[in-house]
Amino acid sequence: MSENTHWLLPEGIEEMPPAQAERLERMRRSLLDQFHSWGYQLVLTPFIEHVESLLVGTGREMDLQTFKIVDQISGRMLGIRADMTPQVARIDACRLKQDVPTRLCYMGTVLHTRSQDFGGNRSPLQLGAELYGHAGAESDVEVIALAVATLECAGIKNVHLDLGHVGIYRTLMRELDLDEEQQAEFFDALQRKDIPGIDKFLNDHKISGAQHDMLVALPQLNGDRNVLARARKVLAAAGADVINAIDDLEKIADLAEKRMPNVSLNFDIAELRGYQYQTGVVFAAYVPGYGQEVARGGRYDEIGAAFGRARPATGFSADLKTLLQLGDQSANVVLGVLAPFASDDSGLLAKIAAMRAAGERVVELLPNQVSDPVEQGCDRQLVKQGNDWTIEQIS
Amino acid sequence: MNDNLTIAVSKGRIYKEALPLLAAAGIVPTEDPDTSRKLIIDTNEPGVKLVIIRAADVPTFVEYGAADVGIAGKDVLVEYDGNGLYEPLDLKIASCALMLAGVPDSNQRQARMRIATKYVRTTQQYYAKQGVQVEIIKLYGSMELAPIVGLSDLIVDLVDTGNTLRANGLVPMEHIMDVSSRLVVNKGSMKMKQSRIKRLIEQIGAAVEAS
Repeated sequence: MSENTHWLLPEGIEEMPPAQAERLERMRRSLLDQFHSWGYQLVLTPFIEHVESLLVGTGREMDLQTFKIVDQISGRMLGIRADMTPQVARIDACRLKQDVPTRLCYMGTVLHTRSQDFGGNRSPLQLGAELYGHAGAESDVEVIALAVATLECAGIKNVHLDLGHVGIYRTLMRELDLDEEQQAEFFDALQRKDIPGIDKFLNDHKISGAQHDMLVALPQLNGDRNVLARARKVLAAAGADVINAIDDLEKIADLAEKRMPNVSLNFDIAELRGYQYQTGVVFAAYVPGYGQEVARGGRYDEIGAAFGRARPATGFSADLKTLLQLGDQSANVVLGVLAPFASDDSGLLAKIAAMRAAGERVVELLPNQVSDPVEQGCDRQLVKQGNDWTIEQIS
Repeated sequence: MNDNLTIAVSKGRIYKEALPLLAAAGIVPTEDPDTSRKLIIDTNEPGVKLVIIRAADVPTFVEYGAADVGIAGKDVLVEYDGNGLYEPLDLKIASCALMLAGVPDSNQRQARMRIATKYVRTTQQYYAKQGVQVEIIKLYGSMELAPIVGLSDLIVDLVDTGNTLRANGLVPMEHIMDVSSRLVVNKGSMKMKQSRIKRLIEQIGAAVEAS
C-alpha cells in the first residue's frame, strides 16, 4: 500500500466537515426538541457491552451485523451496538419498571459490519422513539404520526407510508411443517416477491389446497386500502389470528387517515421488515426519488420478555445522516461577526460577551492576522464609531 | 402523481428478446442502442425511458432507485449480494442454464479443486451446500480456456447450446440452475408508483403467458 494513503478511512466510515456537521447538529437538536415536545424522554445507551446482552431476543442477522472485540479486563466478548432498540427496551424493562405507558427516545451512532444502505455507510446515526405499555392501534398510530412529524421536521416532504403485519405471515408459517432452513428459503423468496420462486417452493414441498392458495396470494397483496378487503377474503381460511391482524390494520388505517390526511397509505401484507423481533404492525416511510425506506418501525411485544418483563411496545427509527441528505438543503449555516483583536479593550470585550450571550456568533481576530471575513465564516464585522462598537455589513 | 418510468436493460440478447414484451406493454424505444451511442433511450410513451447498462449493473441501478424497473438474468440476481428489490415476473426469455463443466474423464484432484467462474458467490454457495471446499478463480470471460491451460479443474458458466464447450473439448457435468430473465422492481417505486408498475407487470405478464 502506498505511504500516503494512511489517512484513508475504513470502508463505510465517514467524517463531516464543519458546514455539514453544523446542519446535522441543528437537525439533531430540533428533532430531539420535537421528541421532547411529544413527551418522549431521552435515554442514553452504552456504545459497547457484553455481546450476549446486546443480542438477547434478536436474530442471527443482528449477530452478523455486530462488531465484536474481546474485553482486555474480563476476557469476555463485547459487541458494539448495531441497533439501539433492544437496549432501550431493556431500560424500560429492567430500569424503569413503570406500569404506565412509557415514552422513550434516543439518538446515537451504531455500527454495522456490513452496510445496509445506499452509499455503503456502516455507521448510521440512529434516532428513534419507542412507546411501551400500550397494546393497541392508538399507540401504533401515535408512533407512526411521530415518525412522519420527524421526517417533516427534517424538511422531507411527500411521505408515503407502507404498512404490513408480521402476525399474518407468522400464523401462516405456524401451520406448515417446515424446518428453519426451509422457512428461511421461503421468507427470502417472499421478501423478493419472487412469485415463480414461491410457486416452485410450494410445489417442491407438496404444499397444496388452501395453504397453497394463501401463500401464493401473499406477494400479490399490496396496494391501496382495498388490499385489506382482498386479504380478508383470500386469507379467510387462515383463522382468527389473521383476521384480527387485518382488523388491526383497518383500525390503524382509519386513525392514520384522520390524523395525517396528507400522507399516502400503502399496504403490503408480505412485507416483513424487522421480522427479527417485530410481532405486529410494521411500517416504513418512503419518499419519491429515494429507492429505499427512510424510516421504519412497528410493534414488538415480546422483546421485553427476554429482559424478564414483557410489555407491549411499538416504535420507529431512522438514520439522521439519511434525513440530512434528503432534507431541506436550503437551511444555511448562520454567519458570524468578525471582531478585531481586543487584548485590553474592555469596552470591546464587553460588547463581544454581550453579543455572544444574545446568541450571536463572534469570531475574534488574532494579532497580526490578515482578516478575510468569508474564510472566518462571517458576513459582518465590528467597527468602532466614536466610543461605540457597531456592527457593519461586509459587502 | 409522478408516473415516469425508468427501465434498466442490458444490450444484446436480453434487449432483443425483451422488445416484444415491452411492445406488448405499449413501450417502443425510439432508437436502437446497438447503433446509437446514447445510454438513455426515449420511447414512444412520454415519461418512459430506457437506460442501457451492463447486465451485472441492473440490480444495483434498481435497488438504489436509479431505475424503477429492470430486466436481469436470474444468474445476475443470484450472484448479486443484496435483497433490496422485487422480482415478481419470470419473462422466460434469454433462457439457458448455469452448469458445471470440465474436460471429460479428467483426473480431478482429491484436495481442493479450483473452479474458474465469473459467478463467485453462486459457485461458493453451490459447493458449500454439498459440504465441499473449493478454490474459486474469478475470471471475466473465456472461462472454457481455464481447464485446458491448467488454470482450473472445472468451470461454472452459462451454457446455452453447448457449442462453445464442445468446440473447446469440454463437457457439461452438473446442472446448477435454470436461468432466464426476470423483471425486477425497486421497492420504493413498487409502493409509490404502484398503479403504473402493476399495469406494466400485468401487461408484460400476459405477453409472457401468450408467447
